[in-house]
Amino acid sequence: MTTLEVSKDIELYQGEFSKLGATALDSGNADLGKVRQAAIARFGEIGFPTTRDEEWRFTNVSPIARTSFKLAGGDFNQVSSEMLKTAEIPGMKGPQAVFCNGHFVSELSSLGNLPKGVIVGSLAAAASHPAVRHHLAKHANFENHAFVALNTAFMQDGAFVYVPKGVVVEEPIHLLFVSTSPGETGMSHPRNLIVAESNSQVQILESYSGTEEDVYLTNVVTEVVAGDGAVVDHYKLQREGHKSYHIATIQVYQERSSNFSTQSISFGAAISRNDVNTILDGEGCVGTLNGIYMIGGSQLADNHTRIDHAKPNCESHELYKGILEDKSRGVFNGRIIVRQDAQKTNSKQTNKSLLLSDQALVNTNPQLEIFADDVKCTHGATIGQIDEEHIFYLRSRGISAAVARHLLVYAFANDIIRRIKIEPLRAELEMRVLKAQEIPTDFVFTEGA
Amino acid sequence: MALIDIKNLHASVNGNEILHGIDLKVNAGEVHAIMGPNGSGKSTLAGVISGRDAYEVTEGSITFNGKDLLDMEPEERACEGVFLAFQYPVEIPGVSNTYFLKAALNAVRKHRGEEELDAMDFLRLVREKVKLLGMDESLMNRSVNEGFSGGEKKRNEIFQMAVLDPKLAVLDETDSGLDIDALKIVANGVNALRGADRGIIVVTHYQRLLNYIVPDFVHVLANGRIVKSGGKELALELEEKGYSWIEEPVGAR
Repeated sequence: MTTLEVSKDIELYQGEFSKLGATALDSGNADLGKVRQAAIARFGEIGFPTTRDEEWRFTNVSPIARTSFKLAGGDFNQVSSEMLKTAEIPGMKGPQAVFCNGHFVSELSSLGNLPKGVIVGSLAAAASHPAVRHHLAKHANFENHAFVALNTAFMQDGAFVYVPKGVVVEEPIHLLFVSTSPGETGMSHPRNLIVAESNSQVQILESYSGTEEDVYLTNVVTEVVAGDGAVVDHYKLQREGHKSYHIATIQVYQERSSNFSTQSISFGAAISRNDVNTILDGEGCVGTLNGIYMIGGSQLADNHTRIDHAKPNCESHELYKGILEDKSRGVFNGRIIVRQDAQKTNSKQTNKSLLLSDQALVNTNPQLEIFADDVKCTHGATIGQIDEEHIFYLRSRGISAAVARHLLVYAFANDIIRRIKIEPLRAELEMRVLKAQEIPTDFVFTEGA
Repeated sequence: MALIDIKNLHASVNGNEILHGIDLKVNAGEVHAIMGPNGSGKSTLAGVISGRDAYEVTEGSITFNGKDLLDMEPEERACEGVFLAFQYPVEIPGVSNTYFLKAALNAVRKHRGEEELDAMDFLRLVREKVKLLGMDESLMNRSVNEGFSGGEKKRNEIFQMAVLDPKLAVLDETDSGLDIDALKIVANGVNALRGADRGIIVVTHYQRLLNYIVPDFVHVLANGRIVKSGGKELALELEEKGYSWIEEPVGAR
């Protein structure tokens, strides 16, 4: 009986795939049509994961599998100015590319004066660009990941960011994704490609939000290539509606001496899953993977990370935190692979979860696979409640027990938020947490350099 | 009226009685040192005064400024003017010293019926007190105690005391782990805060700190009782002879 249900899910997607036909991306890049065919075929073989699948053990996606989603179009008239306004980050003045259900909307975007050669905009429009031909669908592997397979099969558009050799983009780029398909259970599969050529530098925020009242699926894949010596400072902010499902894969490829950092910040969605994977494939790379999620109700947030140390003398830093209220559930799975060649690797992974209710639950699983013998790898995980000694310290200075608790929850979150280098984003998130904790917002944390 | 009046105080941890009847009066303007060997109950006494809930008071009373101190929550005690300088100050990544202290000061001021300080007045006050302790002002923008050295943490405790302006300060082994330079800085800070309106209880294992914070009275605590009280000379005597001559008669009771 289970088999029957699964095959029905698969048929539904195969049907949507046939209806879609050739996409704008295919027409600019003939090979992609074949890749999309292969992806839908692969999805047909593997279907949706179940909790018997090790990578999905604690994340049951059957609510997604059971829903008949329809491909959502890019009609930007459905994006109200109010939706857009709440999705924006006040004070961010750099280039902003807006996407409706994964489709670029030039009418709502403001790309301003980009440095010479820099491209920010539609992936479909750039289908024949050499960097797209060279990198698109070459990094995110769909063989063993149903959602990456679906994204690949359905890829039509998304963001393309290209920073040529040696160019420094001063202003942070905001890739703003809005999901809206009123009255329909819509799905979108935004596909993003970020290519930072050697010695370039760029800051990018991907943000996702959507309607609060609708059931919808956002299934995004972002491929990032950081060339020799490139510095990519990446953020992903997920504020989807609470009935929605958000599945994301960020697949990063790092070349020699590149520095890639990402912070994944999640608040919304009924079920959210982030896979962040980086391959440090050159000497002297630095990879930083941070994340925080704050959830409540019956939300589930799953963060899977994979750091692949392929070459010597690289370092990786990883700090993931979760704050869970009510009956919410969190999953953290952090895999670090140190290949035989990757001597002198320095890697640190930390996962901390704060449970604010007796019914909240976290599953944390560090996985270190070390094949080299001269490496320094540490990992640690803590799950618990607010430290009573910390509460007492604050109370002993006159702060009430209730305020002390709120302040410490804020502090727990702010430990990640304060690391955000895009100032308006940092301020926005800090305010959000302060407000959630009912702490007066008359102050801004000023961390010294 | 004494600032704090401790009468026949018995306190236990997990059902084990640690304090077996302490009597101690401290008047405003006085500095009392409480000395004693490890396990004598020094930190328990400091904890009971500040309201740590690990300790259960089974008998006796503490009257602070005419009010029943044991009836108050830790934050009420702080607002009434009790300050504990921690032996092990905690690190709180994510909350800046400035914000923490402003929240604390305004809670205390509100309790006293004073107006809350705005950001400008607060900064003025902080700058003044920072100088008093010879602290690096940049520490104010860092997270509470995060990455501070042992000396910086202890200095930060005294700095908080300077800002909160308590009526009674209890310094719990503030000297532990400090080198002589750090010790002098901390002691100078405390001395600057001595005054006719304030009582100070210095809890310490060693006499060394009392070379710099010279007490008016010294009490020796052993096995949960005050076994000897005297003037500052008593500290020197303890330094010379150790604690054993004091502990013996108690063991023999």
